[in-house]
Amino acid sequence: METVIKTSTIKDKLIFEFETSKLFLFGDTQLRDQAMESFNKQGIPTRQHEEYKYIRVDLMLKGEFDFSTNKNCSDAEIEPLKFLKDAYVVVIENGIFVEGLSNLQNLPRGLTICSLVDAEKSNSPVFEKHYAKYADVKTDPFIALNTAMTKDGVFIHIAKNAIIKKPIHIIHISTAFKNTIINPRNLIVIDENAQAKIIESFETVDSKAKIFSNALTEIVIDKHAIVDHYKIQDEKELGYLVNTTQVIQQKQSVFSTHTFTLSGSLVRNNLTLVLDDEHIESHLNGLYLTAGNQVVDNHTVVDHRKPNCNSNELYKGIIDGKSAATFNGKIFVRKDAQKTNAFQSNKNILLSKEGTINTKPQLEIYADDVKCSHGSTTGKLDEAKIFYLRARGIGTINAKKLLMHAFASEVVDAIKIEALREYVEENISKTFQ
Amino acid sequence: MLSIKNLHASIDGKEILKGINLEIKAGEVHAIMGPNGSGKSTLAAVLAGRSEYEITAGEVTYNGIDLLELSAEDRAREGVFLAFQYPIEIPGVSNINFLKTAIGEIRAYKGLEPMTAKDFLIMLKEKQKLVEFDSKLVSRSINEGFSGGEKKRNEIFQMAMLEPKLSILDETDSGLDIDALRIVANGVNKLKSEDNATIIITHYQRLLDYIIPDFVHILYNGKIVKSGLKELALELEEKGYDFIKEVVEA
Repeated sequence: METVIKTSTIKDKLIFEFETSKLFLFGDTQLRDQAMESFNKQGIPTRQHEEYKYIRVDLMLKGEFDFSTNKNCSDAEIEPLKFLKDAYVVVIENGIFVEGLSNLQNLPRGLTICSLVDAEKSNSPVFEKHYAKYADVKTDPFIALNTAMTKDGVFIHIAKNAIIKKPIHIIHISTAFKNTIINPRNLIVIDENAQAKIIESFETVDSKAKIFSNALTEIVIDKHAIVDHYKIQDEKELGYLVNTTQVIQQKQSVFSTHTFTLSGSLVRNNLTLVLDDEHIESHLNGLYLTAGNQVVDNHTVVDHRKPNCNSNELYKGIIDGKSAATFNGKIFVRKDAQKTNAFQSNKNILLSKEGTINTKPQLEIYADDVKCSHGSTTGKLDEAKIFYLRARGIGTINAKKLLMHAFASEVVDAIKIEALREYVEENISKTFQ
Repeated sequence: MLSIKNLHASIDGKEILKGINLEIKAGEVHAIMGPNGSGKSTLAAVLAGRSEYEITAGEVTYNGIDLLELSAEDRAREGVFLAFQYPIEIPGVSNINFLKTAIGEIRAYKGLEPMTAKDFLIMLKEKQKLVEFDSKLVSRSINEGFSGGEKKRNEIFQMAMLEPKLSILDETDSGLDIDALRIVANGVNKLKSEDNATIIITHYQRLLDYIIPDFVHILYNGKIVKSGLKELALELEEKGYDFIKEVVEA
């Protein structure tokens, strides 16, 4: 038996793990079985798969993997990762909500934060109404895999009219001693006219082996709600991350999402926004700083389904070493979505000869009265600017750093939480060392 | 302070400077005039350390050191300042951060203690008043969205902050209306001292009504063809650049 498993493919191993660990998996059995069946059909994408051709997750997933969700982290280790001093902090370690490491005392009225497991146990109607209703298992193998094999994550609910002033910080940490696959899953529901700021950070702590995290977050935004969402991805060399964010927005809601990819051997972001009613506003910002052999791939979808909505997307990247970055931005404007304004821009700086950038805007427009634009640029650091700075006594290295900061600032300055902006700026500076 | 001997420079194989000789002492103001394409801006660029130009012959000694051996940043740190003809816009880098970084690096090069934030701000205010530079512009990104005149004034403001020994003003008067010209000239005059020298590169004589040069040189076809006192500029203005051709051919 054991030799059979060892020589089998990662897909077979995942199916075997699914069959043998059913007791520990989360969610409705039928839902999970369907998801696994869908995963089985799709498989781990290879180079032949159009949506994954620039990111070889299949190569990364060769060899042996464990599915352990051990808790190893101490308070002292987690402390530096709690970089927002004044926030509600949720710690998810190896895919499991850890109350002991979180700071969830004195939650204000209207804010519920608990593990997925507890949300299900308590028969929360909000949870039941929304869980796994938006990320469609048929559209992507990693959505299917996560839905089938997740064990836990966080459920956040912000009740109608509640304004949550302090940010909510979800820290995903991985601590692996053997190569490990985890499937953390979150559900965030913001009710009518409520407001919140949510940060998801992804880190590794004291890891000795590769960790493949297939993380998925669904965000449900009801009418008139305002939500700021931030992702800080900083998993270092041992981190391999596929991060799916599925968002649905209702009438007159405003959603801003910011994705900062600072490190990680492989990062794939699948970000999908569905604008399901009128007068919705959506902002998508992204910054990726890649070096070494990193592979970072941002796939975004903005789906305009109804009239009179605005979306604005800006992704910027600085690519160094032999790293490869991909930006693929799709905008759909459906037949009903007249008077849509949809803008997209992707700008890159390529610092090295060996670095690669693939940029692909895709606009599919089925309405006739819309304003849509997209643009993409890739260039080197401007020699004239470098000379100007050097002519004032600034050395070449610092001149380049100043210019890289300046390039990134357009995205960084959009961070509305000051402590977060400072943290990101500091980490960008470290990256440029 | 500056000694240029038989300087030849070319770009893309084309010789632009064909044997420049020039001696400048501390406290002096030298004007270099000449028609378009005579090599004025090339001379400024070569002195500031632009790497596109190839020096094919000659030497430049600045306060006893071989200037051509130094990188552009080290020249600036040694006190050479070029006011650009076309100042660059750098969105995302604030003037303040830029100057703080520049002064920090210059002081480190000289082995001086870093300036305190308080002293820096005091200096910033003082210099900004001295050269009549709008305080709102100080905190904005370098030259971003500035008018032509504001960009030129920012060059003079930077000059005031960095306190150079040798300033080279490359067509600082071009594109300035008479009021802006007066402000820029006032700034330069206030910054003049016994210890520093200024090279003014210009096409027109007008700036020299406001900044009185000690010497005027006429550059033509890569060479200084005539040098004289400030009256030479007036003569040139009166007779036009055709007058140079006569000088050269004579």
